[in-house]
Amino acid sequence: MEKPFRRRDLLGIRELSAAEVIGILDTAENFSEISNREVKKVPALRGKTVINLFFEASTRTRTSFELAAKRLSADAVNISVSSSSVSKGETLIDTAMNLDAMAPDCIVVRHSSAGVPHQLAKVSRAAIVNAGDGANEHPTQALLDAMTIREHKKQIEGLEVAIIGDILHSRVARSNIHLLTKLGARVRVAGPGTLVPADFQHLLDSETSIDRDNIGSNIHDPRPLAVCPSVEDAISGADVVMILRIQRERQDSAYFPTLREYSIHYGLTNERLDLAKKDAIVLHPGPMNRGIEIASEVADSSRSLILDQVKYGVAVRMAVLYLATGGTVQQPGRE
Amino acid sequence: MGDEIHLKEKSRIMDSADMERAISRLASEIVESNQGTDDLYIVGIRRRGVPLAERLVDKIESLEGNRPLYGIIDITLYRDDLSTVGANPIVNRTELEHDIEGKNIVLVDDVLYTGRTIRAALDQLMDFGRPRKVQLAVLIDRGREHRELPIQADFNGKLVPTKHTEIIKVMLKEYDDVEAVGIFERP
Repeated sequence: MEKPFRRRDLLGIRELSAAEVIGILDTAENFSEISNREVKKVPALRGKTVINLFFEASTRTRTSFELAAKRLSADAVNISVSSSSVSKGETLIDTAMNLDAMAPDCIVVRHSSAGVPHQLAKVSRAAIVNAGDGANEHPTQALLDAMTIREHKKQIEGLEVAIIGDILHSRVARSNIHLLTKLGARVRVAGPGTLVPADFQHLLDSETSIDRDNIGSNIHDPRPLAVCPSVEDAISGADVVMILRIQRERQDSAYFPTLREYSIHYGLTNERLDLAKKDAIVLHPGPMNRGIEIASEVADSSRSLILDQVKYGVAVRMAVLYLATGGTVQQPGRE
Repeated sequence: MGDEIHLKEKSRIMDSADMERAISRLASEIVESNQGTDDLYIVGIRRRGVPLAERLVDKIESLEGNRPLYGIIDITLYRDDLSTVGANPIVNRTELEHDIEGKNIVLVDDVLYTGRTIRAALDQLMDFGRPRKVQLAVLIDRGREHRELPIQADFNGKLVPTKHTEIIKVMLKEYDDVEAVGIFERP
């Protein structure tokens, strides 16, 4: 029987094979029913400890991981930067080793610097799950996006997916591009020229040269990833339109003149969405800036699956925590 | 389960006709004990309890003219041996679409051996509500001396006293080439 996921850590989508991604998604689908039960709890991770170590503000992702851990009966501890000893000058590695000494089974980490989860994975005995590292990856977000797409489009292979916005700084975009292209979708990206690197296509090319054990031949299409000159080009004929959050903190850093101008040229309005396929769906990783990257009329329409994404987020994180910390079965098929 | 390839079949204890007769009898016993199909809820335990439960449901419908409620549970997340380090067991979906509150549940599995699977199934069932009663139907009961928990079957297709070293395999057309029950032994 093929196991869906054999790794201890989930650091990124990049190093996963398509089979591993599908294994996680299948597991997550089987977990989704638990959140509809009257007693939303199963004993699978009883006695396990999950630490949510967040060096960056987060409500949705942290809550989602916390609920996922609790619904599996694990004990969840949340540590955020403002209350941690990091503000007292402790180094990252020291923080990690101190937490590790308390024998958690899994540490979920978010940090503003790329590569932090990978560093922690080297020193920690606990499984490390990346909840977002700088502009690198946010694997569970891509997985919940994929689960949302699969629920509505049945399969990901063959879909045209537009990703609009701040591609340059987006870990959500990177994880999604890796995941969607591995599963056979084509991705088009668009946004302000300052935020969409023209040579972004090389994201996938460079990955294959880094080759690790499990990278399959994910570039079966000559151009699974295309940089489009305009938002309209990217959206035209798309099955899925994924809008990225404009980080307001960047508005002073000259990537684009004003939020108003951003909204006029790059915001998703009904008119722009009409260019997509009739049954196109809209995703947004949240928190959304209504009236800037997405018009309220789109966000509140039936094509917007933003709340589905949040719902599936819990199932995906349950699956990830289960697969990262779960044990095996003795003598399978004994009874 | 890869090691089962190397198992040697020692004897065949049921063929497909035997199995069908046993299922017919189980269906009759279940409706007799529950006085019909009102509030009757048949729940198959993954994996091999599921096709057996489906057959029981069909058989009960042909006997009584009414189809009992039907559901599936996957006990993986309720196992008592989950924490052993190693590979991860695959989680499948639990499908209990009808409320179990006040229902007469009949859990269905292929083989009753240590009773631990049934314990896990009972725990999971209780998380879904409070059934009026829960009964257990199995195709093969390997005998009380193997039980590690105080759990017995209310309905059993065949009582087969076995040794610890033996393995009972219920083969079903849904998963296997043949439809039969055999006793296997490690060579």
